Amino acid sequence: MNVPRRPKRRDSSNSWRTLNVTQDLMVTGSPVGSHKLGDWLFFNLTRAFAALTLVLLGGIILSLVIGSWESIQTFGLSFLWRQDWNPPAEQFGALIPIYGTLVTSLIALLIAVPVSFGIALFLTELSPVWLRRPLGTAIELLAAVPSIVYGMWGLMIFAPIFAQTVQPLLSGTLGQLPLIGRLFSGAPLGIGLLAAGIILAIMIIPFIASVMRDVFEVTPAMLKESAYGLGCTTWEVVWNIVLPYTKVGVIGGVMLGLGRALGETMAVTFVIGNTNFLSSVSLFAPGNSITSTLANEFGEATPGLYTAALIELGLILFLITLAVLVFSKLLLLRLAKQEGSKS
Amino acid sequence: MNLFAQRKLTNQIALSLSMAAMAFGLFWLGWILLTTLQLGVTGLSFQLFTQMTPAPGSEGGLLNAIVGSIVLVGLATLLGTPIGILAGIYLAEYGRHTWLGSLTRFLNDILLSAPSIVIGLFVYAIYVARVGNFSAFSGIIALALIVIPVVVSTTDNMLKLVPDTLREAAFALGAPKRIVILQVTLKAALPGVVTGILLAVARISGETAPLLFTALSNQFWSLDLDKPMANLPVTIFKFAMSPFQDWQELAWAGVFLITLGVLVLNIAARVLFRSKHKL
Amino acid sequence: MQFPRILATVTLILGAGSALAAEVTGAGATFPAPIYAKWADAYQKATGNKINYQSIGSGGGIKQITAKTVDFGASDMPLKPEQLDKDGLMQFPTVIGGVVPVVNLAGVKPGALKLTGPVLADIYLGKITKWDDKALKELNPGLTLPASDIGVVRRADGSGTTFIFTNYLSKVSPEWQQKAGEGTAVQWPLGLGGKGNEGVAAFVQRLPGSIGYVEYAYAKQNKMTYALMKNADGQFVAPDDKAFKAAAAGADWSRSAFYEILTNEPGKDSWPITGATFILMHKTQDKPAQATEALKFFGWSYKNGASLAAQLDYVPLPESLVKLIHTSWGQIKDASGKPVQNGL
Repeated sequence: MNVPRRPKRRDSSNSWRTLNVTQDLMVTGSPVGSHKLGDWLFFNLTRAFAALTLVLLGGIILSLVIGSWESIQTFGLSFLWRQDWNPPAEQFGALIPIYGTLVTSLIALLIAVPVSFGIALFLTELSPVWLRRPLGTAIELLAAVPSIVYGMWGLMIFAPIFAQTVQPLLSGTLGQLPLIGRLFSGAPLGIGLLAAGIILAIMIIPFIASVMRDVFEVTPAMLKESAYGLGCTTWEVVWNIVLPYTKVGVIGGVMLGLGRALGETMAVTFVIGNTNFLSSVSLFAPGNSITSTLANEFGEATPGLYTAALIELGLILFLITLAVLVFSKLLLLRLAKQEGSKS
Repeated sequence: MNLFAQRKLTNQIALSLSMAAMAFGLFWLGWILLTTLQLGVTGLSFQLFTQMTPAPGSEGGLLNAIVGSIVLVGLATLLGTPIGILAGIYLAEYGRHTWLGSLTRFLNDILLSAPSIVIGLFVYAIYVARVGNFSAFSGIIALALIVIPVVVSTTDNMLKLVPDTLREAAFALGAPKRIVILQVTLKAALPGVVTGILLAVARISGETAPLLFTALSNQFWSLDLDKPMANLPVTIFKFAMSPFQDWQELAWAGVFLITLGVLVLNIAARVLFRSKHKL
Repeated sequence: MQFPRILATVTLILGAGSALAAEVTGAGATFPAPIYAKWADAYQKATGNKINYQSIGSGGGIKQITAKTVDFGASDMPLKPEQLDKDGLMQFPTVIGGVVPVVNLAGVKPGALKLTGPVLADIYLGKITKWDDKALKELNPGLTLPASDIGVVRRADGSGTTFIFTNYLSKVSPEWQQKAGEGTAVQWPLGLGGKGNEGVAAFVQRLPGSIGYVEYAYAKQNKMTYALMKNADGQFVAPDDKAFKAAAAGADWSRSAFYEILTNEPGKDSWPITGATFILMHKTQDKPAQATEALKFFGWSYKNGASLAAQLDYVPLPESLVKLIHTSWGQIKDASGKPVQNGL
């Protein structure tokens, strides 16, 4: 088919994308034949990889269930609230690791989400354009630091200073309040649940902040400009326009960060104190987390009930993640109902 | 206070807090990097890159660990990224309401928070224990299994954020679906997808736990994928936990190298994949 | 994409080179890891063969050799002969070292504090909770001990160091034996868990009024405040390689499978918390060539590695014991029942 070629346009200043596809279509003639095959191939390729991912991930979870079967049979549901962890006597209970994991991750989220939001806001709205890339990279650099460094730095450098300055401050101020005061009581060891939570917060800030920054940047300018045109302040635009538009991505970013916090091993195990009993409700107390228990004991665990109990801990972690996930999905559904969802 | 002044005040408070948040983040970064630099700079020397990991009390460097880490991280990324991107494309473009898509997305989100040690143990159970030796290959599989959920998740989310109007415009011009996805949607989402890949690479560069039971480590030079391979995180872990001063200095120098390497990677990828088209 | 091609070529070249040199993998205890690394380094320079040892913990060493993923395992805790028979393993010791209690008390210098086994056990049981307890004051009349709480630090992870320590406590304190027992990991009545010797050392150095236990090398390298211990002969000794050697001298190694734990040994100079570290190998080898290389390495190390061991504060084994070990290697056979070559 003899069709004149359209002149190629290399006009990248145009904000609307130019498709050179039309030229291909015109030159090759009927688009249907080869493209249908190509489309079918591509569709099945992506579907195959999605299925592969499913198989891999499902395989991991399945192997966890199989591996922990002995422990599930022996302890049943009571595993969740038993406190003793006695390898020689083969008595295991997951309450303390679960408590430690939940508390440290909660503290991490409480600190990291507002801070990340502030950082993303700064990077997209406040900072001068030339500063955005460097600052963004600087924050992402926090993710580049190996987790073991957080552990070692946390133990040897952060913990002493934390014990000498921040902890007395906290017990002097918040520790004096009636109800929550008990959370901040006890000897300032520098390590423990609170310290682990803070270090986790620093670790997950880059994850949440960079995803938030990326989704904020993708918000269509037109939406923001309409709001500005109505006289909104920057804060109002971000809180009422950008955040609702990007809430799926924001929650995704928070999930990413939470996932990291729940599953972090090395950083937590250095500073959490690894004690298998709850001496008090205080956040200053040392505790244990699921990942820390796994890291410390799996290499040694005798095959049989001990190993099965450890694997069951891993399975419980997955179940915790599952619960959090379901909760966030329900939350998103609720929010979407309020505004009429996009496709 | 009238409404206008109230709104203005809220705005100013919010923006000041945002600046404070930025400063907060930079403060921690500065402190950690400064510490790493202080402790690692004494171990930095030319021989760090030319000699193998030494026994305590001997001279040495980190060459085998550096090369080993590059091999492990590089091959794991090469293995995991295509799987992750293609699966992410399926989830966002084809499988939004299918059972396969929903189930995969669900399991993927759960596995995002998998402790890396569990993945290492999984690979140990199905591969290392069967084959009968520790190997770099099993380490690569373990690291790839960490990369995949991160890449799938960010690809999925980023692709879903591309407005449908863009897709519809491309379809209206007669483009077949795969062209729409590859040349329009994916390109629009590329910075975000690259962020996802970089986050994954940054994460696996510093992971110790999954390698402990798969690739182990190696005191000597080895590029054999079927044998234990030296790598920076495990070496750093071992050296830092030892009582020997020279080993500890090497450990911090190694930390400095990992951080620097990921930074350079970040910058390079940003420069290469800079999106020329803004929406 | 040139990179994969380059990588493949480099791998081939290097692979070809290393096919001539043997590569043996071992894993296990962290305690002897530095000396194994040093020996392996020297052995590679001397013979070109690579012995790659990685420290994953004593329990890990036992687990991996049983799973046959490594050529030899290493453990600070010797396996009982019944256990060895069940898994088809044999064991032999390589070096000897000591575990040292360390404290952090203002005004107390290294080697100033005196402790006995029962007192140490009571501290770790939580029965003695303050530094100015009567028992401690009696042992240390010359020291001013503060009225503060004792911060107990122990290991979070499983470790042979813990085994040697808890074995000693079990020997000297029936209550400890009953309440906690011995092992690479036990149900600690109380205490902060540090990760690795380094973690325990870090906690003790940072928390005033704390007590912990570490391998001798850590105490020495970090210049920590170690305590003197009363040994089985009633003498207070300081930890050093002479004291460890004295403890080892009293041991009877002719017992089966070298199952010998050197805690609380008689001898006026003996350090009571001493232990040997062991190598585990299968009696029937699937890979006899690897076993040969491993045994050759250990034979070389016994002969040439004594000074290197001393440099790193380990005690090399006496000649008589080495002879017994050589004889025991006859147990290692290949699938057909022939003893493997061991370079002797």
